[in-house]
Amino acid sequence: MQVPAHFEYERATSVDHALALLAKWGSEARVVAGGHSLIPMMKLRLARPEALIDINDLEELAYVRLDGDVLAVGAMTRHADLLASPLVGEHYPIFHDAERVIADPVVRNRGTVGGSLCQADPSEDLSAAFAAVGAAAVVRGPGGERKVPVREFHTGPYETVVAPGELLIEIVVPVRPGGGSAYEKVERRVGDWAVAAAGAAVWLDGDTVSDAGIGLTAVGAAHFHAPEAEEFLRGSPATDANLVEAGRIAAAHCEPVADQRGPSDYKKHLAGELTTRALRRAVERARGAI
Amino acid sequence: MQITVTVNGDEHTADVEPRLLLVHFLRDTLGLTGTHWGCDTSNCGVCVVWLDGTPVKSCTVLAVMADGRTVRTVEGLADGATLDPVQQGFVQCHGLQCGFCTPGMMMTARWLLDRNPDPSENEIREAISGQACRCTGYENIVRSVQWAAVNKS
Repeated sequence: MQVPAHFEYERATSVDHALALLAKWGSEARVVAGGHSLIPMMKLRLARPEALIDINDLEELAYVRLDGDVLAVGAMTRHADLLASPLVGEHYPIFHDAERVIADPVVRNRGTVGGSLCQADPSEDLSAAFAAVGAAAVVRGPGGERKVPVREFHTGPYETVVAPGELLIEIVVPVRPGGGSAYEKVERRVGDWAVAAAGAAVWLDGDTVSDAGIGLTAVGAAHFHAPEAEEFLRGSPATDANLVEAGRIAAAHCEPVADQRGPSDYKKHLAGELTTRALRRAVERARGAI
Repeated sequence: MQITVTVNGDEHTADVEPRLLLVHFLRDTLGLTGTHWGCDTSNCGVCVVWLDGTPVKSCTVLAVMADGRTVRTVEGLADGATLDPVQQGFVQCHGLQCGFCTPGMMMTARWLLDRNPDPSENEIREAISGQACRCTGYENIVRSVQWAAVNKS
């Protein structure tokens, strides 16, 4: 039987209450949302917080909505709800692509968007998807709110800019016309972490790529992001040759580690191929949107 | 700490450690051993129960998280002596071999059919994709769910 070590449990009833509990417990506390990453880590003693602050009651953070021209996703939105949201499918199908391959339907009922981002697993899917679309994270602390681009949110494996005493509130993505997005993943079996995965967002002006975003996961891309490949695409025609070249550039800047999911050169190959495939589908969708 | 959980319609109050997992609360504290406990990592899905109407893997939920909420386990599927159509389907179509994954499979199947009374084979397979049958008896599990969809009561 695997059970976590002893800890104190506190259930927050509001965001302000959660912040007060975080202030009370300091750096010894961990926030638990769905718990599908943290609780297994606690069972294995990879995490051993003195106190768990449960934010599952914070319905105020469970939403997907359009605020003007910004798609706002509350941190407590369950994966299943992001997958079911027509609003998300309309504006950023990359999230539906990604959610279909995150864990399995039962785990998606419980796991949360904010929990996934804050867990900061180097193989986490939504981090790459949010990096691709240029999202920002809204973090609230005792001194108020701050907005951090998702590309600056992760500071290392299992590390983010969220300080002790702070809480991720929501993730926001600007909605811009003429865009398309997609996510491609290779996994060993249903529900597994990615061997490699790539997300792409493309905006077209006629046949020219006016802007592009590329996110990568599980392949050692800094900040889940492929800026060199994006830079190559901006202002270029959306030809298949260019999408292939963008994949090659993205792969060249990855540093995957060999592990039980495969050798480094295989993962590097996947990074390039999946980037190109995601770009192709994103371009197709952008053309449909124009 | 003291928690009160409504399980299959009955309210239970117990004093538990925060680190007690929901699956162990159900099995060891309440004696409801229909919910099985397998991989302990959220992979195998034998521990699936409903929490506030939604299937969850109870090896990754703390019992204290269920305080004030409702839980439905496989013991809550039948209506008295009348089996749920999903249970009847597993009987009719030989949907179980060793029976270890069966409670979790049936809880997910019931939830699927409540939301989608006429699922395609692919939708059934997708719904149970996070649940492992160690006998690899998936064909008959899918047929059992299809039987339940056709024979609604």
